[in-house]
Amino acid sequence: MLKKSLIAASVSAVLISSSLSAATEVNWWHAMGGTNTERVNKIASDFNASQSNYKINAVYKGNYTETMTAAIAAFRAKKQPHIVQVFEVGTATMMAAKGAVYPIEQVMKDSGVALDKSDYLPAVISYYQTPEGELLSMPFNSSTPVLWYNRDAFKKAGVSDAPKTWDEVSSTAKKLVDSGMKCGIAVGYQSWGLIENYSAWNNIPLGTKQNGYAGLDTELTFNNKNVIDNLQRLADMQKDGSFAYGGRRGESLAMFTTGECGMWINSSAYYGSIKGQAKFDYAQAMMPFDSKVTDAPQNSIIGGATLWTLRGHTKDEYKGVAEFMKYLSSTEVQAWWHQETGYVPITTAAYELSKKQGFYDKNPGTDTAIQQLSLNQPNENSRGLRFGNFVQIRDIVNAEMEMIWNGSKDAQLAMDDAVAQSNKLLRKFEKANK
Amino acid sequence: MLKRVHYRSSYLPYLLVAPQIIITILFFIWPAAQALYQSFLLQDAFGLSTEFVWFDNFIELYDNPNYLNSFARTGFFSLAVASLSMGFALFFAALADRVIKGSHTYRTLLIIPYAVAPVLAGTLWLFLFNPTLGIITYFLDTFGIDWNHKLNSAQAMSLVILAAAWKQISYNFLFFIAAMHSIPKSLIEASAIDGAGPLHRFRTIIFPLISPTTFFLLVVNIIYAFFDTFGIIHAITAGGPGNSTEILVYKVYNDGFVGLDLGGSAAQSVILMFIVVVLTVVQFKYVERKVQY
Repeated sequence: MLKKSLIAASVSAVLISSSLSAATEVNWWHAMGGTNTERVNKIASDFNASQSNYKINAVYKGNYTETMTAAIAAFRAKKQPHIVQVFEVGTATMMAAKGAVYPIEQVMKDSGVALDKSDYLPAVISYYQTPEGELLSMPFNSSTPVLWYNRDAFKKAGVSDAPKTWDEVSSTAKKLVDSGMKCGIAVGYQSWGLIENYSAWNNIPLGTKQNGYAGLDTELTFNNKNVIDNLQRLADMQKDGSFAYGGRRGESLAMFTTGECGMWINSSAYYGSIKGQAKFDYAQAMMPFDSKVTDAPQNSIIGGATLWTLRGHTKDEYKGVAEFMKYLSSTEVQAWWHQETGYVPITTAAYELSKKQGFYDKNPGTDTAIQQLSLNQPNENSRGLRFGNFVQIRDIVNAEMEMIWNGSKDAQLAMDDAVAQSNKLLRKFEKANK
Repeated sequence: MLKRVHYRSSYLPYLLVAPQIIITILFFIWPAAQALYQSFLLQDAFGLSTEFVWFDNFIELYDNPNYLNSFARTGFFSLAVASLSMGFALFFAALADRVIKGSHTYRTLLIIPYAVAPVLAGTLWLFLFNPTLGIITYFLDTFGIDWNHKLNSAQAMSLVILAAAWKQISYNFLFFIAAMHSIPKSLIEASAIDGAGPLHRFRTIIFPLISPTTFFLLVVNIIYAFFDTFGIIHAITAGGPGNSTEILVYKVYNDGFVGLDLGGSAAQSVILMFIVVVLTVVQFKYVERKVQY
């Protein structure tokens, strides 16, 4: 056994070293743990096998924050990778670092590799474009919050359809609780779902300056009546268990999969986890919209991560980056990635291919996220967010929201406080990135 | 009067202390100086633009009510962690000291938690107390206690204190038991012959004689609670609900390594360093008086 693996290791070492001399190496740091590590490795090795000029080294660097911190530390030490995967809340930080980031559109252009932006789903790429429309980073894994619901529980409570508006969510939750459930609805990544996406979906701004796209002197404005009323409604729903708080991240998954709560708003990328854990008939539907604010929803915004190219490498290596991005966006790779992981396909062609292959017929509801993202042409309120220090801002928002849920503040005061503290961080970011 | 030893060459003593000095400079003075310098800077994450802003980072902290509140919180947390972990460790050590059969197994089992990484320790406790799935929550529920540390600040604080203290019990236990072993058996036997019971012996002989160790552990535990507990907090509450478990070191970690605000984070760590230096000096000046060597 040991002997065999030693031989295998030395053989592969020889293979690697022989390919070293021929191929230009490109390093890719990513944050895809678990089974997704294998999938990322497969993409890299398939690309390496498809041609002989470039070799992608995919390296797992920990979770999103760890990967981003590692890449930034490496940049400071001048040892940065060519490609790094950064989550969407890090976008403003990456974008402001003009001397460190090589916009992907520029990389492709300088390397003479074609990039047709119309191939991509507008809601996916608009998040990562400059106001002038230049694409800064390559979308890789994207998802969006959807409404997950327990069909068996709905049947028992006598509810036939998934709620479309927040009013209906409220009445459905009540019915679920009356039918004997412990809770009606729970929410994961609450700031993302109940504030950021609530605003985009109902077509209201989260902040000034086109949600930060048009300048660093942006201010957050989510302490508006609509957001506050909706949060207060949820706070009031806690009294009879219609709403229950389950944590800042995705921990409330257990509340849904154990059958405690009949509805759950969180990322579409939980498809795999729910499939593995839920012992009941479940489905996903579009997020509810607020009928007091709008007659029909706009489009939701994405979460997930994109691939950023860092400066400081040779022209030939960037050509490798460009070739890899082209491969990554190819229809087959994207359709495979989408169907394996539950992330949204980034190109229209990959969506069409999945449709043709009958993926959505076999797995009903798995196209909810794409439909939600492409419901309308993204506008100023719905194409994405660009706020600096956003990781810390989300912490502030989470803390203030928890104070609503445990009754130490009402929604108005909590949101006013959240906005005041967050705007201080925005000013600091503006000052640091002049 | 101590006997003075004279060395003929004058450089030998310097040579002998040199390794320790070098290590102190390399691992303490230098990073501390770096932190101090960084705390005066406003820098973007990549270090592309740097501005010397004097005391701006400190003024900003002073203006932040949440930060100021976290001092009292940190004080409470540290005292609770130190007293709980030392109390339990002392109790276990006193018992283990009396065990004759199987004492090795007993001691080994008590030392195991020390080998658990902080984040793992946090995750373990989180599982036990998970409002939906936790086994302890389930038992509490049968007693009519509704456990939800995601909303209840007092419960959240208790949980992080419990987890942080649990982790440190082993370390304290080791020191206490070693100290108890070094007490001459004759003293204890003599008092036993004079008719002192186990509790009385503990109070009048053992406890005073291990006071140097207790004092040392007090200093170490306070420093542990101040600096080493961010992993546990990160795993269990991430500072919530609200900001109710956000202690100083967690904010240092979160602002610096998650939020990438190096200047602000450095300013906080300078303040933290200052507090711990003052605390340690106070402990040596006042608490140590009660210690009998």
